[in-house]
Amino acid sequence: MAKILEKRLIRPPDVFYFKIDAPQISRKAQPGQFVIIRLHDHGERIPLSLADIDPDEGTISLIVMAVGKTSAEFVRMKAGDEISDLCGPLGQPTHIEKLGKVIVIGGGFGVAPLFPIARAFKAAGNKVVCVMGARSADLLIYEKEMGEVCDEVLVTTDDGSKGVKGVVTVALEQELEKGDTNLVVAVGPAIMMKFVCLTTKNFGVKTMVSLNPIMVDGSGMCGACRVSVGGETRFACTDGPDFDGHLVDWDLLMSRQKMYLGEEKESFEAWKARHPDILTEA
Amino acid sequence: MTDEERKKPKLIPNRTPIPEQDPKERGKNFNEVSLGYSVEQALLEAERCIGCARPPCVKGCPVNVPIKDFIAYIQAQDFQSAINKIKETNILPAVCGRVCPQEDQCEKACVVGKKFEPVAIGRLERFAADWEREHGHRLKPKIAPSTGKKVAIIGSGPSGVTCASDLAQLGHQVTIFEALHEPGGVLLYGIPEFRLPKKMVAGEIAGLADMGVVIRTNSVVGKLMTVDELMEEYDACYIATGAGLPNFMGIEGENLNGVYSANEFLTRTNLMKAYTFPEYDTPIKVGDRVAVVGGGNVAMDSVRTALRLGAKEATIIYRRSETELPARGEEVHHAKEEGIRFEMLTSPIRIVGEDGWAKAIECVKMELGEPDDSGRRRPVPIAGSEFEVPADIVIMAIGTGANPLVPRSTRDLELTQRGYIIADEETGRTSRPGVYAGGDIVTGSATVILAMGAGRKAANDIHKYLMGEPEPETVQKA
Ligand SMILES: Cc1cc2nc3c(=O)[nH]c(=O)nc-3n(C[C@H](O)[C@H](O)[C@H](O)COP(=O)(O)OP(=O)(O)OC[C@H]3O[C@@H](n4cnc5c(N)ncnc54)[C@H](O)[C@@H]3O)c2cc1C
Ligand SMILES: Cc1cc2nc3c(=O)[nH]c(=O)nc-3n(C[C@H](O)[C@H](O)[C@H](O)COP(=O)(O)OP(=O)(O)OC[C@H]3O[C@@H](n4cnc5c(N)ncnc54)[C@H](O)[C@@H]3O)c2cc1C
Ligand code: SF4
Ligand code: FES
Repeated sequence: MAKILEKRLIRPPDVFYFKIDAPQISRKAQPGQFVIIRLHDHGERIPLSLADIDPDEGTISLIVMAVGKTSAEFVRMKAGDEISDLCGPLGQPTHIEKLGKVIVIGGGFGVAPLFPIARAFKAAGNKVVCVMGARSADLLIYEKEMGEVCDEVLVTTDDGSKGVKGVVTVALEQELEKGDTNLVVAVGPAIMMKFVCLTTKNFGVKTMVSLNPIMVDGSGMCGACRVSVGGETRFACTDGPDFDGHLVDWDLLMSRQKMYLGEEKESFEAWKARHPDILTEA
Repeated sequence: MTDEERKKPKLIPNRTPIPEQDPKERGKNFNEVSLGYSVEQALLEAERCIGCARPPCVKGCPVNVPIKDFIAYIQAQDFQSAINKIKETNILPAVCGRVCPQEDQCEKACVVGKKFEPVAIGRLERFAADWEREHGHRLKPKIAPSTGKKVAIIGSGPSGVTCASDLAQLGHQVTIFEALHEPGGVLLYGIPEFRLPKKMVAGEIAGLADMGVVIRTNSVVGKLMTVDELMEEYDACYIATGAGLPNFMGIEGENLNGVYSANEFLTRTNLMKAYTFPEYDTPIKVGDRVAVVGGGNVAMDSVRTALRLGAKEATIIYRRSETELPARGEEVHHAKEEGIRFEMLTSPIRIVGEDGWAKAIECVKMELGEPDDSGRRRPVPIAGSEFEVPADIVIMAIGTGANPLVPRSTRDLELTQRGYIIADEETGRTSRPGVYAGGDIVTGSATVILAMGAGRKAANDIHKYLMGEPEPETVQKA
């Protein structure tokens, strides 16, 4: 059992921040790692990245975007509620070192893991530039927080309501053209990471990505999370989730993510029918 | 020889049949296949035991269950004493009675079996265990006064559980660390409900709590804490993490949607209860045609699970011939009764896909050549015999390896080339004082009873070590 200590609505109506009581995990966890949660007895095990780690307070934070049954159920939970199972930290930490200039790019829930990663790169003495994008200004996640740990935050919006008009790769390209970038770290939907990698490849800049295939145990026992990197099959839960983005077989990842599309829809629709008020306030 | 024995007891040639669910019916449900003996049937079967003076069956059992004695109690209709007798050496009789390969162990050695069918020892063991669950009193184990010593056990499979139980009874304070959200190891996530109902496993594990053993689930050692860290807090450590890393063949198309490791397929079904989806949230895919690659118990469990999940055609693909099938004869027999297809002497060469999904396995026919290292005749491909087995779901059940999480995160732990922990067979000692290991993480995939035996031996030696008998020698790489 793990207790939810704090809940905040980050982006209406479906993205929430949770602070969770997890003293032991907080002492071990490193940026780039994740946990697996199971909300209750009938629940599925789903992976969520660590959005913050506070060993002094004994807490970890998660940012959850409601996209299906389990995540929607999660964001209905309140401070004081308990999660049946919390397992972690899992995966390899992001390799942090002093390189010079690092661009971090987040999309969707990807800004969650990006926050502690950006902070760690900054603390290691790098210049850290964050690029984040959304369809419109009101859909941006964590802009202010990223501003606190990065030297610069570049925003793109599809409709031009804030920052550069267009997708993240537009701002990324402008930044890469300066020629002083040593590393790009991208976390978010597979399609976004794929296009980031296509862009950085043209500039020959090393790019680390955090892969998010479907997982079950998260400890190397099932192989559900297998991805292809440089032509080799790897388990994202134990070998990753970070990999060299230029070597990832993105189409395979995206295809495998869709394996249960039909079942996910069935499960979510049935749940929504029982919970017409899908999302509650914080 | 006593007079009694010379008086040649009369032998009853055939075993008392055990009632089973009808094969057609059971292919559609997850209820247990074998229904177990009634009291009358158990008494009939027990009568077949001639009570040998030096019973070879006991030697055939890896943990030396006093077989002759417990059967004598069944003959006397004292079922409580029968189960108590078994539990002297085996804390998981309800499990072992169901899944042990008795045909290669106790029953293989049985004297009656020399001429006729051996005594059905496994079925009698199961009977006694089930009788206790339904009618008896669980004997509260005697717990020795506290020694003040603390032992950490990693993994809650049969090996870890046995070691924990023995150490707790000796008065040590035991904590089990388990990676998954429920304890039981392969008994829980691997072996299906229709062969081993999960309530049996839960029942046996509940006994541990009575002994004061603490089980910490969701604790992945090597991540949440290391063995090195545990050794600062605990006086000894027993590593029983099993052999849970699934192997793949490395052939084309193995990452297509629809291709599972047996571990994933069985874990989704058993641990996550995907067979009840959407009542439980975890989904599983079962197409019309399921092909399982492999010939062991894991392959049989996978293919029979697929059938129960609704596959119209479920096929085993195995590269040797039927005589080499490593699965238990009983499981193969049950699978056949249920209508499982067997493609023997067949080896996959690639998985054919369409739009990202598996569609067929391209195979090649094999023939048996010269014997290999294992003494079995080596299968060799027949040139030009390629053919396709249509399959929407492909399950790879070709064995497992050592999960490196614990071995790699532990200082000074000697490993074999394949990553298993080197430990002494009799004591479980590793290259590090106070750190013990046993079960599948030492032997590679073996059996429940051998894993239990290793847990018991390690408990004995850990006890000596904790109680200050001379510093044990650690093992060295051969
Ligand atoms: C390493 C990693 C870190 C992640 N971090 C976060 C995070 O910080 N915040 C966040 O909101 N989401 C995160 N995700 C994604 C999150 O796990 C999925 O959104 C969640 O599992 C969806 O479950 P659902 O029942 O709500 O939706 P569903 O309707 O079941 O699925 C929606 C989509 O989520 C993916 N998904 C479904 N089940 C799983 C599963 N068991 N494992 C992984 N993906 C699955 C599939 O691609 C699917 O198409 C992460 C995923 C991974 C692998
Ligand atoms: C499908 C299947 C069918 C089988 N059928 C039979 C049969 O009929 N008869 C038979 O005798 N044997 C059978 N076996 C083999 C038998 O189950 C195993 O030999 C036995 O379970 C090994 O026991 P163990 O305690 O060593 O390991 P396991 O049972 O594998 O248990 C290991 C435990 O350790 C946990 N763990 C792993 N890593 C960590 C970590 N880093 N931190 C914390 N915990 C960890 C795992 O989650 C697991 O719970 C079968 C196996 C399978 C997979
Ligand atoms: S060997 Fe067979 S007959 Fe003899 S004691 Fe054992 S079970 Fe009975
Ligand atoms: S999630 Fe099971 S091996 Fe990675």
